[in-house]
Amino acid sequence: MDFSLNDDDLALRDAVQRFCEGEYPAPERGNAETPAQAAQRHAALAELGLLGLQIPAELGGSALGPQAAMLAAEQLGRALANGNWLSNAVLMAPLLAEAGSPAQRSAWLPALAAGRLQVALACAEPEARYDLADVRSRAKPTADGGWSLSGRKALVLGGDVADLLLVVARTDGERRDRSGLSLFAIDAASPGLTRRPITLLDGRRAAQLDLQGVSLAADRLVGPLDAALPLVERAVERANAALCAESAGALEALLAMTCEHLKTRRQFGAPLAKFQALQHRVADMATALEQLKSMACVAAMALEAEDASERTRLVSAAMTLTAQLGRQCGLTAIQLHGAMGMTDECRVGHYAKRLIANGLLFGDAAFHLAAFDAARRPTAADLDLTP
Amino acid sequence: MKLAFSAADEAFRQAVRSFVREQLPGDIRRKVELGLRLEQADYVTWFNRLEARGWLTPGWPPEHGGPGWTHLQRFIFDEECLLGGAPRIIASGIQMLGPVLIAFGTPEQKARYLPDIRASRTWWAQGFSEPGSGSDLASLRTTAVLEPDGRHFVVNGHKVWTSYAQWCSMMFALVRTDPNAAKPQEGISFLLIDMTSPGLTVRPIRMLEGGTDLNECFLDNVRVPVENLVGELNQGWTCGKYLLGHERTGIAGIGSCKQQLARARQLAGQQGLGEDALLRALLQARLAQFEIELIALEATALRLLAPGQRSRVPQVEASMLKVRGTELRQAIYETLLDIAGPDALPFSAEAQFLEFLDAADDAPVAPVPPELASVAANCLDARKLSIYGGSNEVQRNLIAQAVLAAH
Ligand SMILES: Cc1cc2nc3c(=O)[nH]c(=O)nc-3n(C[C@H](O)[C@H](O)[C@H](O)COP(=O)(O)OP(=O)(O)OC[C@H]3O[C@@H](n4cnc5c(N)ncnc54)[C@H](O)[C@@H]3O)c2cc1C
Repeated sequence: MDFSLNDDDLALRDAVQRFCEGEYPAPERGNAETPAQAAQRHAALAELGLLGLQIPAELGGSALGPQAAMLAAEQLGRALANGNWLSNAVLMAPLLAEAGSPAQRSAWLPALAAGRLQVALACAEPEARYDLADVRSRAKPTADGGWSLSGRKALVLGGDVADLLLVVARTDGERRDRSGLSLFAIDAASPGLTRRPITLLDGRRAAQLDLQGVSLAADRLVGPLDAALPLVERAVERANAALCAESAGALEALLAMTCEHLKTRRQFGAPLAKFQALQHRVADMATALEQLKSMACVAAMALEAEDASERTRLVSAAMTLTAQLGRQCGLTAIQLHGAMGMTDECRVGHYAKRLIANGLLFGDAAFHLAAFDAARRPTAADLDLTP
Repeated sequence: MKLAFSAADEAFRQAVRSFVREQLPGDIRRKVELGLRLEQADYVTWFNRLEARGWLTPGWPPEHGGPGWTHLQRFIFDEECLLGGAPRIIASGIQMLGPVLIAFGTPEQKARYLPDIRASRTWWAQGFSEPGSGSDLASLRTTAVLEPDGRHFVVNGHKVWTSYAQWCSMMFALVRTDPNAAKPQEGISFLLIDMTSPGLTVRPIRMLEGGTDLNECFLDNVRVPVENLVGELNQGWTCGKYLLGHERTGIAGIGSCKQQLARARQLAGQQGLGEDALLRALLQARLAQFEIELIALEATALRLLAPGQRSRVPQVEASMLKVRGTELRQAIYETLLDIAGPDALPFSAEAQFLEFLDAADDAPVAPVPPELASVAANCLDARKLSIYGGSNEVQRNLIAQAVLAAH
């Protein structure tokens, strides 16, 4: 394995870091943003080229790989930048680049890269938990060669402001079948579509969708008919790899904040940092941070693996630890700050919420543990656990 | 030794159970079961019903209106109330100030304040913590200076983390009356302060889970009559320590553990978590582990509370129960979060009120099931358990010191 960064990588990282310092002043990190603020920050992300990181050059992007996304995610995580970068640049851009027809790609990707068009992936359904194949929404062919879509979607990240929604719907088969799923692009203003904006635990915004006979022209099918699941799974894996990096960044900031607090806050005539019970917890947080940084690299590298089960295995390994260590460290940092850590004014709680939310968004620790186990490579010393 | 409770204790349990079933209003029970926020009126309604039965102040001696229960009866009572979905007894007048006044107050103070506490007419705020003094309470800096005529103290300072101050008309506070005392915990007095006094202002603090039940209190030349001093001048630390002992015992919260574990089992079933064999096994193992921990915690509590039982390390029983009980409860809350999974993510402060949940039933797209609306907030709020009542680190320090000294 090679973990080295070249000059371009370092330049990207520094640029994102500078951007975050300016756009997200430390005392405000994690605060809810106004719609105007969100729009302005989205435009600034586009300006910096962060939306087009994984978009081909001829379509207005910079065609960089998962490693660039990892570096950006880490810095955005450090600043709790909670805009729609993840949903546009990570979930959607590579997915559209991969699945879209030439006409769709040129209609959407340059606009996405420029921040003029926001897109969101509607893949999760109520009661499906994290199973991407658990889809009950249906698209039925209509007489004019188009489609009519009905169903419900939960937790569409960035779906509250997206102009275009990419919806997974069943064109064949039954709930939980792995085949028979297709992707459709829906304009946010389509008749029959209701969306309910929701704020997530960590302040990120999302939407729930209710689709009742939304009619679509034939050219709104994106990618192959009945065979969209692997594409969606891959998109979600990219998001998970980025979330791991984002968590590493958030934890880095949190650790710095916690050390600073322990060195300044005095009780019993000494700085808290003098108490060994607290030193050990800082040691555990620092160790967790190094593990998450490593796993972010592992996940980013795994995204380029050809073998799908190898990708799943490593991304799920990363996410299992992201969910577990992220939450643990978030809660520890609150504890070390005492009552102060439980207030909304203190940044610590906002970081903890982000770390907790990242571990619940596209699979929690148990889900990824099970996914890892199902996709794992058998070893020579493997125990036979079949009943 | 015998595993079962005696017939008399069992009968007592049944009596408490039917009382809760009959007397607790349904809407209050529903709020508690869903983990929603309660209003002051909810508490007062419940407290008044308990008081009518003579059960509001189990920790008070009979001559002051306590029911004269054994430790075991108190334990059963707490557990049955919580399992029946009753609000916790949070009013610090009942659990903290009451016992202090009974032990250290003058006859006038007892006559003046105790009846109002029992009738829930006066709610008391606990003014101990300050920005610079949390775990190290002895370092507090709020001063009280006796006026030359000896009739009033003039209090200046800044108290923080005052729970429910917005509902309180009185505060009991620790204040420094002798800045030149040899040791930091000397020269502190225990004072009762009318919160409507000129110079006292309250500012709410917004917390992580969206609530504003904590407050800052600023005291600017607040005049307090000298008869509001409890105990001896400069001996307030004795009262404070006595009070904190009372605060810690209840904090193990075994009934709450049971209540939340039952909630977890119920929601796990509802969330259909049984389909993947590994997930099911993980969750089952975790819930079973909690149940075992609970048996151990309960047995330890009952053994240590039993008359004539003394552990080898006296005085640290409360600390041990506090640490185990709070950490177990936090772990159960985290498991609730895991059970909710993606449904724990939608988050709004309003969703913690019944009116909002009921209104959301008619929304075009179903929000998360009402049982899950407050899981994340509950989990975040539960972080306080290891911070207040003497943080768990400080409790462990106390336990270790006592154990090392005893061996
Ligand atoms: C929900 C809530 C309600 C509260 N209600 C009230 C109230 O009504 N009235 C009131 O007066 N106060 C109240 N408090 C305050 C509470 O008593 C304090 O938060 C508590 O004493 C801890 O103090 P601190 O927050 O200043 O943390 P600090 O004392 O600054 O501690 C920070 C961290 O350092 C650790 N630490 C400190 N000293 C040591 C040591 N010697 N060894 C190892 N670790 C150490 C602590 O365990 C903690 O993890 C409340 C707090 C909360 C969270």
